[in-house]
Amino acid sequence: MVIMSYQKRSKEALAQRVAQDIHDGAYVNLGIGQPTLVANHIPAGREVILQSENGILGMGPAPAPEDEDFDLINAGKQPVTLLPGGAYFHHADSFGMMRGGHLDICVLGAFQVSATGDLANWSTGEPGSIPAVGGAMDLAIGAKQTWVMMDLLTKKGESKVVAQCSYPLTGIGCVKRIYTDLATLACTPQGLQLIDKVDGLDHAELEKLVGLPIQH
Amino acid sequence: MINKIAASVAEALAGVQDGATVLIGGFGTAGIPNELIDGLIEQGARDLTIVNNNAGNGETGLAALLQAGRVRKIICSFPRQADSQVFDGLYRSGKIELELVPQGNLAERIRAAGAGVGAFFTPTGFGTDLAKNSDGSLKETREINGRPYVLEYPIHGDVALIKAERGDRWGNLVYRKAARNFGPIMATAARHTVATVHEVVELGALDPEVIVTPGIHVRKIVKIDRVATQAGGFKKID
Repeated sequence: MVIMSYQKRSKEALAQRVAQDIHDGAYVNLGIGQPTLVANHIPAGREVILQSENGILGMGPAPAPEDEDFDLINAGKQPVTLLPGGAYFHHADSFGMMRGGHLDICVLGAFQVSATGDLANWSTGEPGSIPAVGGAMDLAIGAKQTWVMMDLLTKKGESKVVAQCSYPLTGIGCVKRIYTDLATLACTPQGLQLIDKVDGLDHAELEKLVGLPIQH
Repeated sequence: MINKIAASVAEALAGVQDGATVLIGGFGTAGIPNELIDGLIEQGARDLTIVNNNAGNGETGLAALLQAGRVRKIICSFPRQADSQVFDGLYRSGKIELELVPQGNLAERIRAAGAGVGAFFTPTGFGTDLAKNSDGSLKETREINGRPYVLEYPIHGDVALIKAERGDRWGNLVYRKAARNFGPIMATAARHTVATVHEVVELGALDPEVIVTPGIHVRKIVKIDRVATQAGGFKKID
């Protein structure tokens, strides 16, 4: 058992770290799963407008129990609310909003991200599995900035940040930043750059975990 | 006189042919025209190609249509779900064909059909497994202003089944909240669009500034009572 001199960011701490970087006035799409936690951590005083792929802009938090309206759900099919000023629109307009580059930030989960920003998050390519893609490919390439939020390592300890994705691709060169439980990295055509890392984790150790060079 | 109000689901669906491509609206619990899907099962058309975001949930609605063996092929973005067991079984046993399409390409292909666009270049899916044809060959691509795009073709429907909130005898429609989703674009992309509504109103009662689907795109309207069901998905409005 290796004794670590650093502590991983919890899921909530990671969501808080992502939320810190979302600017006032940003239009944001939060992917299904872990990214939805980011909505709970937007710093006070910042007005951020959330988009949902099924035709909602200005999405609010979950309703109180008994107040659910199943005509008003998010991409994960959970009941949500609409903030005053919010709007509804049809699916082609919603995805045009993404593809047309109108969203500032999209936060997604991932199986793997390459150092140059290739994303794999829709399929593990297992033989016999039933594929499903949803809006992942549209989101990955549509927003002005696509950020990934994930654990740096798999349960087996392998880095999910890789030289080249082995899982089927969602998009090429589309990820700008990777927020993980151990470090925040920028993907560039020249490879990875360090944005920050948890206290007590030194640079060489991080590079060893990732298995790739990381520019300071 | 134009009167698109049908007396029953059966009347509205009478002309659906075997082999038809049927666009079905809905996303999650919102906007699924369940009564029309049940009507299609009853009507009996087979060898259908179904276009929907998903591939059926549980044992009812679209899942029941699949179970009844009426569907040859499904075009959708997200077939695999916790409760998509009917589709899963048919797919694994090779009894249904799947064309998996990124959701935005699905929406745009439907929109293109309704708008008379012959094909379009989209950046979505470039360089991925979904930029391939069913035979594994690569779809046509082009670099435009330094960015790579994939050529995608429209999806035309013979029939569209959608759920709206209110309509009039000319076929004008408004929707409710996120139940709008695929409804407006599917209405434009099919030759025979049938919409359920919860309320039929007099001509002129719908504010022309807020009509979402102009009646030209709608062939039949069927009034369905507003009941709080899981798939109807709304609370009763008093």
